[in-house]
Amino acid sequence: MPSLFLFGTLMTRISSFSLAAVTLSCAALFASSAMALTSEQTRALTFGETDARITALQQALASPDEKTAAFMQAMADDAVKVSGTHVLIVRDGKASDPVTGDAQALPEGAEDVINNNRMRGEIDAALAALQLLSPDAALRMAATKAMLKEPDPTKLAMLEKALAVEQNSGVKTHMLLARAAVMLNSTDAQARLAAAKALADSQTPDTQLLLNQRLSEEQDKQVRSQLEASLSTIQAALNLGEKLGALFTGISLGSILLLVALGLAITYGLMGVINMAHGELMMIGAYATYVVQGLFRQYLPGMFDAYLLVAVPASFLAAALVGAVLERLVLRHLYGRPLETLLATWGISLGLMQGVRSLFGAQNVGVENPSWMSGGVQLLANLSLPYNRLVIIGFALFVLVGMTLLISKTRLGLFVRGVTQNRPMASALGVNTARIDTYAFSLGCGIAGLAGCALSQIGNVGPDLGQNYIVDAFMVVVLGGVGQLAGTVYAAMGLGLMNKLLEGVAGAVLAKIAVLIFIIVFIQKRPQGLFAMKGRSAEA
Amino acid sequence: MHTTTTTMTSAMQLPQPAPLMSRRAWVAFLAALVTLCAVVPVLNLWVPESSLFHMSDYAVGLVGKIMCYAICALAMDLIWGYTGILSLGHGLFFALGGYVMGMYLMRQIGTDGNYKSNLPDFMVFLDWKTLPWHWTFSDSFIATLILVVAVPGVLAWVFGYFAFRSRIKGVYFSIITQALTFAAMLLFFRNETGFGGNNGFTDFKRILDLPIATPATRMTLFVMTSACLLGCYVFARWLVQSKFGRVLQAIRDAESRVMFSGYSPLPYKLTIWVISAVMCGIAGALYVPQVGIINPSEMSTANSIEIAVWAAVGGRASLIGPIVGAFLVNGMKSWLTVTAPEFWLYFLGALFIGVTLYLPQGVVGFVQKMNAKKQSGEKA
Repeated sequence: MPSLFLFGTLMTRISSFSLAAVTLSCAALFASSAMALTSEQTRALTFGETDARITALQQALASPDEKTAAFMQAMADDAVKVSGTHVLIVRDGKASDPVTGDAQALPEGAEDVINNNRMRGEIDAALAALQLLSPDAALRMAATKAMLKEPDPTKLAMLEKALAVEQNSGVKTHMLLARAAVMLNSTDAQARLAAAKALADSQTPDTQLLLNQRLSEEQDKQVRSQLEASLSTIQAALNLGEKLGALFTGISLGSILLLVALGLAITYGLMGVINMAHGELMMIGAYATYVVQGLFRQYLPGMFDAYLLVAVPASFLAAALVGAVLERLVLRHLYGRPLETLLATWGISLGLMQGVRSLFGAQNVGVENPSWMSGGVQLLANLSLPYNRLVIIGFALFVLVGMTLLISKTRLGLFVRGVTQNRPMASALGVNTARIDTYAFSLGCGIAGLAGCALSQIGNVGPDLGQNYIVDAFMVVVLGGVGQLAGTVYAAMGLGLMNKLLEGVAGAVLAKIAVLIFIIVFIQKRPQGLFAMKGRSAEA
Repeated sequence: MHTTTTTMTSAMQLPQPAPLMSRRAWVAFLAALVTLCAVVPVLNLWVPESSLFHMSDYAVGLVGKIMCYAICALAMDLIWGYTGILSLGHGLFFALGGYVMGMYLMRQIGTDGNYKSNLPDFMVFLDWKTLPWHWTFSDSFIATLILVVAVPGVLAWVFGYFAFRSRIKGVYFSIITQALTFAAMLLFFRNETGFGGNNGFTDFKRILDLPIATPATRMTLFVMTSACLLGCYVFARWLVQSKFGRVLQAIRDAESRVMFSGYSPLPYKLTIWVISAVMCGIAGALYVPQVGIINPSEMSTANSIEIAVWAAVGGRASLIGPIVGAFLVNGMKSWLTVTAPEFWLYFLGALFIGVTLYLPQGVVGFVQKMNAKKQSGEKA
C-alpha cells in the first residue's frame, strides 16, 4: 500500500486527473514488474514511421507498467515533446522524464510529437486495454467486454497478466472468454479447439459473429465441427432471448394500448361518444406531466425522483377537466348524432393541438424519467427489460383494476351503467343523467390523461403525440367489442403481441399494415367485436 | 268526385319525375359553364396583365385546385349526404387517382430526369434496374385514363362489398375506412412499394408530350377540370333524382324499413360507394398535373376528414352545398395560411364544431331557411 500512495502522489504531480484512474491502478500491479518502460521505447514510440511506432507500441504493451500508462495518456493528450533524441512529458508548462518521472527543464525549441489518426486509434485502444488493470471492477469488465467484441492478439499478453491477478469471478469469466476469442485465431489447432468450445458460453451476437468469421476460414475438421456446435448453442440461446424480447415488447405495447383504449372504452364503449380528440387528451396528460416535472426541477430539485406521484393525479385532473368542459359545451348537444360528434371532436382535437403549439411550441419537449425508472433488468445476453416499461405494465394493470372496481362497485359506477343501459328509466328513478354524462365523460378523459402521463415516460412529448395512437386505440375498442372491458383487455394485449411478433418477421410497417388488414377482415366475421353484448336490442 | 279518382289512380302510379333542373338552375349552370370554359381563359391568356380584368396564373391555379376538391366534396355528399355513410377514406381514392396519373407523368419525363435514365429518378436512386410490375401500363395515356377509374373503383368495390355485406355501418364503417387509409399511407411511405416513398412524384415535365408548365396546357387542364366538375354535378343531380337516388335516401333515413320493404341495400350502397370513389379518383388525376406533386401525405387522416367538412360546411344533401363548401373552406385556407398560419387550425377546428352544432344543414341550408322565412313573412 505505501507504494500505491507514493505513486499516487507522484502521478498527481505530473499528470492531469484524466489519467488518474489508469495510472493509480497500474501502480499497485506493476510495482514488482521486472520489465518497465525504457527510454528506448519512448524514442521508438515517438520517432519514425507510423508502422514502426505502432510496432513499438505493441511491444511496450507486452510488458506494461504504470509509466507506460502515463506515457500513453500523455501521448493521447498531446503532452509529449521531443528535443533532439530526448523525449519529455510536458504538462502545465512543466517537463518531466517519462521513464524516471524526474522533473526537468523544458529545453528551447522542443517539438510536439504529431500523432496521425491511425496512431491515435492505436493509442486509444492501448489506453482502453490498460483499463483491464483498473482497480474498478466495472471498468475492468467494460474493457474485457470491449476485447471480447474485437479480439486483438497484440493485447493477449496484457490480458494474461490481468487474468493472473483477477479476483472478481464475474470479470474473470469474461476475461477467459476474451482470451478464448483471441485464441480462436491462434495457429495451434488445439488452442483453437479449446477456444471454440469455451466461447459457447458467451451468448452474444458479437461472439456469434466472431465464430462465424472463424468458421469461414477454418481448415481443421475437428475445430470446424466444434465451431458449428458452439454456434448452434449460441444460436439457440439468442433465439430464446429474441423470442422472449419480442414477447416482452409485445406485452409492453399491449399495456400501452390498453391504457390508451381504457378511456375510450368508457367514452365510446359505454357512452357511445366517438371522441376523436381522445389522443389530444392524452397529449394534455403528457404535457401536464411535463409541467409538473418542470415545477419539481425548479422548486423541489431534491424531490425530483418523486415527481411522478404528483404528475399522475395532475395529468388525470387536467385531462378530466378539459373533458368536462368539452362535454358541457359541445358534446352534450350532439348525443345521438355519432357522425356529427366525430367531426366536432375532430375539430376539438385540431384546436387543442394548435393550443398546445401556441403555449409550449411546436417542438417536442423533454420529459425526464425519475432515476429509479432508468436502467433495466438484464435477463439474458440479448434480453433486458427496461424499468420504465415494467412500471407502465404495472401501471396499466393498476388503472384497469381501479376502473373495474369503480364501474362495478361504486355508486357512481352503478349510475353510469344505469344511464348507459336505460336512460329514461334511470332518470325516472331520480338519477341526474346530465351530470352522470359529464362525470362519465371526464372519467374517460382523465384515464386518457393517465395514458399520456405513461407515454411521456417512454417516448417523445409533442403536439402530435395523440395522433399516433388514436387509430390504434379505436382499433382496440372496435376489436374488443363495444361496452366490454374484458374485450378491451384481450384486444389490447392481442394487438400488441401480434404487432411485435409480426414486426420480427416482416418489419414494422408491414406488421402494422397486416394488423390493420386483420382487423378489417375480423370485423367481417364478428361485426360486434370479440365479446359482443348479449341481448336482443335491434339496430335502429 | 273527379279529384278522388285521380288520387286513387295516381296512388298506383309513380309520381312524375321532377325535371332534372329548373329553368333558373339551367341558366345558372350555363352561366357557370361559359364563365369557367370561356371567360376565364380569355381573362387569363388574352387580357394583358396590366389590365384590371386580368386573372393571374395564381388565381387560375387556385381555382383549378379547389375545383378538384369540389369534385371530392360532391362525391362525399353522394355517399354521406344522400346515403348516410360517412367515409373517412376518400382521401385514399383521391390519392390513388393522383398516383396513377403521377406514374404516367413520371414516365413522360423520359430521360430528362436528374440521372438521365429511362427509369424515374427515385428508382435509379434505389438502384432498381427495371420497372416494377405495377408500372407496366404507365407509359400509355389511354391505359392511365382507364386505371384512374379502375383502381379506386375496384378497391372501393372489394372493400365495400365485404363491409356492406356484413352490415358494417355508422361509425364502425367510418373508423374502418380510416384504418384502411392509414394502412395505405404507411404502405406508400415505404420506398419498396415503388411509389417514391416520402417524396412521392414531382418534377413533372410533360403531359401527352406537351410541356406541362405552359399557360396553354394549364388552361386546358383548368377547362377540363371545370367541365368535369359541372359534368359530375349534372350526373349527381340525375342520380339523386332517379329511383336509385330515392332508394339511397330511404336507406339513409331508415335502412331497416328499406329492407322490410323488400330491397336489399347492398347493391345500392355498393354502387354509390364505387361511384363516389371513382369521382374522387378522377379529381385526384386532374389535381396532380395542376399542382405538380403527389405524395403519401394526401392519404393522411386529416385530409379525408377535411373532405367531410367541406360537404358539411356547404350543406349536406344538397348538391350545390359541397361545391360552395369546398370553395369557402379552401378559399379561407389559402388566405389564412398566408396571413395568419397559426390561426388556421383554430379556425378549422372551430368550423368543425360550429357547423355541426349550429349549421346542421350547412351554409346552403341556412340561406334556404332564411329565404323561406322571408317568403312566409311576406305572405303574412
